[in-house]
Amino acid sequence: MTTHPPSPPAGLILPSYERPRGVHPPLDSPGYRSTALRAPGRPPLLIPQRLTEITGPLLGDGRVAPADADLTTQHAGEPLGERIIVTGRVLDSDGRAIPDTLVEIWQANAAGRYQHVVDNHPAPLDPNFVGVGRCVTDSEGRYRFVTIKPGAYPWRNHPNAWRPAHIHFSLFGRAFTQRLVTQMYFPDDPLFEYDPIFNSIPDPKARQRLISRFDINLTEPDWALGYEWDIVLRGSAATVFEEQPVVRKPVARTQGGQR
Amino acid sequence: MTGLPLTPSQTIGPFLAIGLPWADGPTVVPEDTPGAITITGRLLDGEGTPVPDGMIETWQADPDGRFDHPDDPRGASGNGTAFRGFGRCPTGPDGSYRIVTLRPGALPSPDGGLEAPHLDVSVFARGLLDRVVTRIYFPDEEEANVDDPVLSAVDPARRDTLIAVADGGDKYRFQFHIRLQGEHETVFFDV
Repeated sequence: MTTHPPSPPAGLILPSYERPRGVHPPLDSPGYRSTALRAPGRPPLLIPQRLTEITGPLLGDGRVAPADADLTTQHAGEPLGERIIVTGRVLDSDGRAIPDTLVEIWQANAAGRYQHVVDNHPAPLDPNFVGVGRCVTDSEGRYRFVTIKPGAYPWRNHPNAWRPAHIHFSLFGRAFTQRLVTQMYFPDDPLFEYDPIFNSIPDPKARQRLISRFDINLTEPDWALGYEWDIVLRGSAATVFEEQPVVRKPVARTQGGQR
Repeated sequence: MTGLPLTPSQTIGPFLAIGLPWADGPTVVPEDTPGAITITGRLLDGEGTPVPDGMIETWQADPDGRFDHPDDPRGASGNGTAFRGFGRCPTGPDGSYRIVTLRPGALPSPDGGLEAPHLDVSVFARGLLDRVVTRIYFPDEEEANVDDPVLSAVDPARRDTLIAVADGGDKYRFQFHIRLQGEHETVFFDV
């Protein structure tokens, strides 16, 4: 099939995004056993950011209804659990707000059970809670959800393994480079020190950035507690990226046990 | 950069299916769009076992090699098609995914060259603490592929992991398997 190569616009100048170094967990994190057969064995090949990477889907309008941001009113009755407000801003590392960007969340119910067929944790489902929310950030990059505080739950990664309470977040920003899926935690969770997923982040200070902050000013009196959590996506690179030779080194892997 | 520290990634976990699939996620264009192509494939782990709890996302230029985005100085080609550029498909019990889209055009590169038609791909799954990124190229674009700056930077022995396979004799159907680990591991990129 023939495509018609467009003529390159004169002086095509593209933004460039910083590259996270030492922020994200290494894919091969043995404490989290599911990484054993899923983490690539070879390091990723560094490539310059071109048009496909510095653009991205600008989703939101038409995909989200205002009611999608309230996870407590999606069913006939009210869900059980502690009603909370979770809000914050989506920013880039330059400190600029990212407006009009889609934020998606999903979570367990108050008993620590997901509305999912493969969750066999013997805790009750809640007919009034599915645990899915969506919203679009406002002009200041702010999102806001009303939900219930998720419970901790066991998983079979190691003997007596429990996940700290968390809400899954999915973010787009405005470029493919900025795409981020992560988890928000709650302050002072006693399970942090035992959780290999939380601790897969090498820098202890970076781990703290996944923990929301209780804020009395965000509460609604006689109704809901409030937590604030800002999300920072990649901003502009400090220097123009220059192509560098990439050293490819095959890494021997042990094919150990997995779950 | 002023240096607000970045938010770290965490795994998408095993329960993404409650929140992330969209009814129209796999269809970047409606199925009956003239010229629509279908890309199918499977997500496989280091033992070749299907990954049933993953998610594939694609992002690509339109058939004219343009993006409907403010940072593409040319903007969308504006030919009126309902083209979203973005596809999302959770993997099925057999690790399979499916994306219906239009073939992207070749793209200008800031260095004055051209990039061959391609889709950028994000792969998410339980057991992946961050997404991994790859690209899908087309098998019938030999000339453009040879000149592509990304493909030509890849070890020749591994380039075929980035090139979709024509599915039978149908020029509108392609297969692209993603192998997370092992001998035929897909090439992943640091973008």
